[in-house]
Amino acid sequence: MVKTCVICDAARAVLKRPKTGQQICKECFYHVFETEIHHTIIDNHLFSRGDKVAIGASGGKDSTVLAHVLKTLNGRYNYGLDLFLLSVDEGITGYRDDSLETVKRNQQQYDLPLKIVSYEELYHWTMDEIVKEVGLKNNCTFCGVFRRQALDRGAAMLDVDHIVTGHNADDIAETILMNILRGDTPRLQRCTEIVTTGESLIRRSKPFKYTYEKEIVMYAYFKKLDYFSTECTYSPNAYRGYARTFLKDLEAIRPTAILDIIQSGEAFQIKTEVKMPVQQTCVRCGYMSSNELCKACVLLEGLNRGLPKLGIGKTERLRKQHNLQVSEKPVITETAW
Amino acid sequence: MATLHIDVEFGGGMELLFKNVREHKIDMPEGSNLKDLITYIRDNLMTAKQDLFVMNDTVRPGILVLINEADWELCDGIEYKLEDGDRIIFISTLHGG
Ligand SMILES: [Zn+2]
Repeated sequence: MVKTCVICDAARAVLKRPKTGQQICKECFYHVFETEIHHTIIDNHLFSRGDKVAIGASGGKDSTVLAHVLKTLNGRYNYGLDLFLLSVDEGITGYRDDSLETVKRNQQQYDLPLKIVSYEELYHWTMDEIVKEVGLKNNCTFCGVFRRQALDRGAAMLDVDHIVTGHNADDIAETILMNILRGDTPRLQRCTEIVTTGESLIRRSKPFKYTYEKEIVMYAYFKKLDYFSTECTYSPNAYRGYARTFLKDLEAIRPTAILDIIQSGEAFQIKTEVKMPVQQTCVRCGYMSSNELCKACVLLEGLNRGLPKLGIGKTERLRKQHNLQVSEKPVITETAW
Repeated sequence: MATLHIDVEFGGGMELLFKNVREHKIDMPEGSNLKDLITYIRDNLMTAKQDLFVMNDTVRPGILVLINEADWELCDGIEYKLEDGDRIIFISTLHGG
């Protein structure tokens, strides 16, 4: 019961596209997958000729496929980009040390320069040490806040203009759901943008914004790309886990659900009465912040003072006591990359 | 009754549910379908976390299945009738980006 590709009408179909339901062969899949990402890049003016671009590389499937595809498209369409791999070492034994080995192999395979920045050098705390201090409840908050800033700092060291991350359509739909569930309207608005720029002036973009996770995994499988796939040792955010399961259940019934959620997210207009935080610069480290002190510095302050709960959730009393301000809502950072 | 020799492979992090062994050879009785194979795997190759593989009598959403290198959504999915020498691959999409 072999089915034929609906595009070339010749080869054996190997994939049913979640986006369109089309049955297509391997070669046609590579072509449509890569070409759609090229169109996303061009239509959204993600790059300019001569840009130095760092690919946030975790060794996982998304960033590995992103590195492969960007390297391919940069050659095929002559974007004129200077590409780098940028990795963050959170200091998680048995997880990040292994995945960094994958990134080092990717560096060889794709012949791209690699820069690794570590929490240890930037913050003098590894995630292993932070978990010892704060336990397994809020560790993902620390990790998310630190990673975002670490990528920016690594990018500054590389003197790049732009960071691209492997967030795919499923990740973005999940973050939209999470922000709705948490009532976090400022982040709801920001999380659907394909390009964001903070005060660090380094652009961040998501070339996989409209790319399905299923296709990324199939692409990696058919191309035999070398990626690392182990769950973080420190149990992931349970709330996000439910959102993910819910989304995958929806997708199984109706695959367009992913893009539909992204479209809904994009269509939300935030009423002007809703107070949006004003961006300013952290007085301590100079990183962009919506308060006097940035989130990373508040968290660090807590760690260094032995008050790891400072800056997490509703700890108004603690914060008042220590004369620190942070935003009211818990932070929903994106998934790893 | 003849026996069907099936090659099963786990990838994308799923191998961690199977003592980190990626490739398995499984014999199934003639007439078995993919659903029988999945049930067999759950009952015979797993000692814990069965719900990370099987949910509501099918594989958990987010796990991709390939039958002889083709997406199972192109075949009959869970109802696919196994043939001798088939190669079935399960890949998780749920593991880190
Ligand atoms: Zn074709």
